[in-house]
Amino acid sequence: MGGLDLTFLNWELIRNFVLKGFWFSVQLTIIATLGGIVFGTVLALMRLSGKKVLMLPATIYVNGMRSIPLVMVILWFFLLVPVIIGRPVGAEYSAIITFVAFEAAYFSEIMRAGIQSIPRGQVYAGQALGMTYGQNMRLVVLPQAFRNMLPVLLTQTIILFQDTSLVYAIGAYDLLKGFSTAGKIYGRPEEAYLLAAVVYFVVCYSLSYLVKRLQARIAIIR
Amino acid sequence: MTWDWTVFLNDDGSGRTYLQWMFEAWRWTLAVAGASWVIAVLTGALVGTVRTLPNSPWVVRIANAWVELFRNIPILVQLFIWYFVVPRVFPFFQQVPGFLLVVFALGFFTSARIAEQVRAGIQALPRGQRYAGLAMGFTTAQTYRYVILPMAFRIILPPLTSESMNLLKNSSVAFAVSIAELTMFAMQAQEETSRGIEIYLAVTALYAVSAFAVNRVFAFIERRVQIPGFIVAGGTGGH
Repeated sequence: MGGLDLTFLNWELIRNFVLKGFWFSVQLTIIATLGGIVFGTVLALMRLSGKKVLMLPATIYVNGMRSIPLVMVILWFFLLVPVIIGRPVGAEYSAIITFVAFEAAYFSEIMRAGIQSIPRGQVYAGQALGMTYGQNMRLVVLPQAFRNMLPVLLTQTIILFQDTSLVYAIGAYDLLKGFSTAGKIYGRPEEAYLLAAVVYFVVCYSLSYLVKRLQARIAIIR
Repeated sequence: MTWDWTVFLNDDGSGRTYLQWMFEAWRWTLAVAGASWVIAVLTGALVGTVRTLPNSPWVVRIANAWVELFRNIPILVQLFIWYFVVPRVFPFFQQVPGFLLVVFALGFFTSARIAEQVRAGIQALPRGQRYAGLAMGFTTAQTYRYVILPMAFRIILPPLTSESMNLLKNSSVAFAVSIAELTMFAMQAQEETSRGIEIYLAVTALYAVSAFAVNRVFAFIERRVQIPGFIVAGGTGGH
């Protein structure tokens, strides 16, 4: 039994390595969620618009993104973003752009399901009031779609938080990187990975517990 | 920029072309995904079934804990634990090849998701199905074997299709512990040749082709095993 030794753990290590990475993971999660919901909603509206010029590109984009492993997407953007922008970007910025672009495809499917879950009568009601398409979407359909899909959107955010660890592929400094760096410096890589697992578990488990509570409340209201 | 697809015909320095190397890497990807799939489905079916057992709260709790544990830790972290921590704590695993450790990591990670689908599939069945089995004089085990599971597995085929495609995509994390699969090939060949676009395009296409093949196989199975008039949603699989 090769015992594990956790005595290397101290506040200095946590502050210097883990918190730095944790902060980036949280930032990445929040930016990618917000950006993903905004662009995802646009993509969903394009796919439901009934106009071929809008539907086709959006469908290709969403299905394309969803058929490639996230790691490959991360590598793609890490390679392409500097070429497009014309100057080198750091792994962190590249990761943010990738996650917004990638998650938009996943959030768009959620928003599409949400929009389709709204009874047609709601749309007709809006039209009867003389609302334009835009007003109808903005004031009647999207707020309800968003509320109906809130638990699913939050669940996707938890998955997104887990997926941020894949920026390992381009060496961005996230929570996992923080732990693995600390593990290397203190010569305790195994313990560091275990601690990383514990932190991810605690964060994700608590969040999914909260989502479950929220889901129960929303279900009662409806 | 200009294309240069001849990069695939270059020698990679060990007597094989990059094209040959890529197809070897593809085989590794399929091997990792295939072996993990077997573990994932077997374990997932077991854990998912156990979660629906009547009158055995403790086994149900353990099965629930299994799902929560493997679902709430990122796959990459789980992979590192199987690869670095498990052999350290249990010396027996030092003799287990790295390939198998990756397969365990991916298999158990996916098993939690499949267990969730199996549970949902069983609970979606009308309660009468269970009572019908019991009324026939079946034991609980027989009821599951002959009545509930054959129905439940047909119901969950569409989500199982997506999850199998996810497993194939998730196998890309194996690069992190130096398994010579497609992503690893893409990263190394990009470094060596500096023709990243061509290499990534080819690898991406192989991933897409593999995922599509999985999708078609499941669509075929779905058509063959459907119960006429029962599965209302009529899933097209994986979308």
